[in-house]
Amino acid sequence: MKAERRRKLSEWLVTLPSFLWLLLLFLVPTALVFAIMFKPATPYGGIGEGWTLATLRTLGNPNYPAIVARTLWLSVAATALCILLATPMGYYMARVSPARRRLVLLLVILPFWTSFLVRIFAWKVLLHPEGMLKHGLVLLGLIAPETSLLYNAYAVLLVMVYTELPFAILPIYAASEKFDFRLIEAAKDLGATSFLAFRKIFLPGIRVGLLTAFLMVFIPSLGSYVIPDIVGGPTSEMIGNKIAQRTFVDRNLPHAAGLSALLTVAVLIPMVAITALRRKESPKDALREEGV
Amino acid sequence: MRKILAAETSGSGVRKRRTQRPVSEFLVFEDVSKHYGAVKAVDHVSLTVKQGEFFSLLGPSGCGKTTLLRILAGFEQPDTGRVLLGGEDVTDLPPYERKVNTIFQSYALFPHLSVWDNIAFGLKVAKRPKREIKDEVARMLTLIQMEDQAWKKPDQISGGQKQRVAIARALVNKPRVLLLDEPLAALDLKLRQRMLIELDLIHDEVGITFLYVTHDQGEAMSLSDRIAVMKLGKIEQLGTPAEIYEAPRSSFVAAFIGDTNFFDGTVAEPLEKNSVLDGFLSVAVDKDYSRLKIEDFPDLECFNDKQIKEGEHVFLSIRPEKLRISRERPEPGPHLNVIEGRVEDVIYLGSQTKYWVRTGDYRISVIRQHSRFLLDEKPIRWGERVWVSWHADDGFMLEKYSEQDENLIQLPPEEVGETTESNQILVRAPAAGAVPAGAAGR
Ligand SMILES: Nc1ncnc2c1ncn2[C@@H]1O[C@H](COP(=O)(O)OP(=O)(O)OP(=O)(O)O)[C@@H](O)[C@H]1O
Ligand SMILES: [Mg+2]
Repeated sequence: MKAERRRKLSEWLVTLPSFLWLLLLFLVPTALVFAIMFKPATPYGGIGEGWTLATLRTLGNPNYPAIVARTLWLSVAATALCILLATPMGYYMARVSPARRRLVLLLVILPFWTSFLVRIFAWKVLLHPEGMLKHGLVLLGLIAPETSLLYNAYAVLLVMVYTELPFAILPIYAASEKFDFRLIEAAKDLGATSFLAFRKIFLPGIRVGLLTAFLMVFIPSLGSYVIPDIVGGPTSEMIGNKIAQRTFVDRNLPHAAGLSALLTVAVLIPMVAITALRRKESPKDALREEGV
Repeated sequence: MRKILAAETSGSGVRKRRTQRPVSEFLVFEDVSKHYGAVKAVDHVSLTVKQGEFFSLLGPSGCGKTTLLRILAGFEQPDTGRVLLGGEDVTDLPPYERKVNTIFQSYALFPHLSVWDNIAFGLKVAKRPKREIKDEVARMLTLIQMEDQAWKKPDQISGGQKQRVAIARALVNKPRVLLLDEPLAALDLKLRQRMLIELDLIHDEVGITFLYVTHDQGEAMSLSDRIAVMKLGKIEQLGTPAEIYEAPRSSFVAAFIGDTNFFDGTVAEPLEKNSVLDGFLSVAVDKDYSRLKIEDFPDLECFNDKQIKEGEHVFLSIRPEKLRISRERPEPGPHLNVIEGRVEDVIYLGSQTKYWVRTGDYRISVIRQHSRFLLDEKPIRWGERVWVSWHADDGFMLEKYSEQDENLIQLPPEEVGETTESNQILVRAPAAGAVPAGAAGR
């Protein structure tokens, strides 16, 4: 019994740092956000005394469902496009010669060496109504002169995919590199075409990388506000813009907190769902956790 | 059980295109070559495998066995030549259109699928009806005796079980040829011996053609109907295990398959044949036998079926069990060679005794079977002077063994350790014993 208790204690000590980290940097701030939501706002941008449901009521504003829906579809679309582009890329990177692989890897992380804001402004220049891209497309007759490449949801989506693509490529590449490509040969040997082998053997083989890529792209996408702010317009606002607006323009912190809480809930739902799914997928690990 | 795979494959176009060819030419490699950069992995190989045969490709590491197998499976495109399967040219078919299945050295089981799903994979891909898939997989699970493990994942079963699943996964598709690339190499000795027996049983049971790749001559000898010994991308010799063991065509084959003694010699004149014809004694030249001069030895006689000319330098190869050892000089007889030596080492192995006999520069390995053990018999001991004799038919004159061959036959150390002395027929000679002590120094 004593040994058992000592084992429990040491286990507890080992997990303590990560627990503290989680507590201080995740649980406490989240709790604060949720708490502030129920505080009244002061006219000078502070937080008043007492508790109120006023903020909760304003969240019922019919504008918000549209913005939440847009945030969700932009995030889902950006995530889907990133994974769609990153999967063949990861496959390719895992298969090329090491020298070529290093080069490609360098190219993938190269954008990180430039400021995020600079890169977005570069897109703004590129897509500008007087920009080269626009003129070129008009000259080729691909778009009408009055169409705007900027200030719409598609511009936001494009730049989101651009900025988040490396975060999808890296985990998918890491998983592909560990993948045993002899399995593809085995599948073809058993009669599968290249496409079928890719779908039935390769994709399940890198599913951890795919899940990581999903989380790495989807969650930041939900919270993005700089991109819609710079290349988007009033019709492509995301919930992040609203939070920023409430904080910096209206100086209504409880309202901003309410929107943040809404976003947090939206982020937590897919995370919990995926964690549950992963748990179900590997019953062996679950058994191990139960000490079997 | 034989029924399992006896039924012809149905519904595939392959069947219609099949022209009637004699079954003896079931699988044909025609002048197949493949090179990687400067390396000739497969060098103009022509080979015919019969239907239902257990055929082995045997050779040292890097001789092109896997490459040849991959060409048949469709993973490599040959530079020259073509591959025919059941009379149909399959050279340009992609892997998934060939009715061959491979058992990979690494097994390559799909880690995210259960044993059941692994076995069902080929059938599912072929879009076979659900009921049929269920029945076939169940039948395979019975064959490999793993009915109760069907829902385990590959990382939850043992090496031997993985091996069996890999076999079932390939066999369930009823391939026309089953390709096995060193399927037992990853198993330990005990398990390997058991799997050898199982493979043999499965081959008997399903009756399909097995093309087996190995660098372990013991495996090849015990399983195969025929063996092709490969060296540097070429087939060195092709024949039944007994043919290859008893009549090696080159010193490389002699040393690679089993244990042998080599003597460095020069061919001298053919023997005279004395025969009594109509009462007259006639002396004729007998081309079948030649005299052989070996330094320090009396003149020897040797069977010369290849008509090697006088004056040629050769290696005389004699298997240790073909040599007889005795204290007294044996009675001279027709075509009997006798040399004298001193026992340097005696290794008692239960069923047999191995002697190392020193004669001049040579250390000769002699095996003596214990057919009868007499308690009062005085066994030959270390240091005794003895006579070693053999019949001229038991020696083979082979072309000289090159330095390159010697490197090929040298095994990585861990594999030498796996062969056992008592398993004599399957043991490759430790290089020091097989090569004449003098040959290296000369
Ligand atoms: N993909 C490849 N690229 C370059 N060279 C290769 C490739 N595959 C095989 N080779 C070379 O071709 C030769 C034959 O290789 P192969 O794999 O067929 O040998 P093997 O007889 O199967 O040997 P082992 O017993 O070690 O498996 C070797 O020299 C090898 O280095
Ligand atoms: Mg090989």
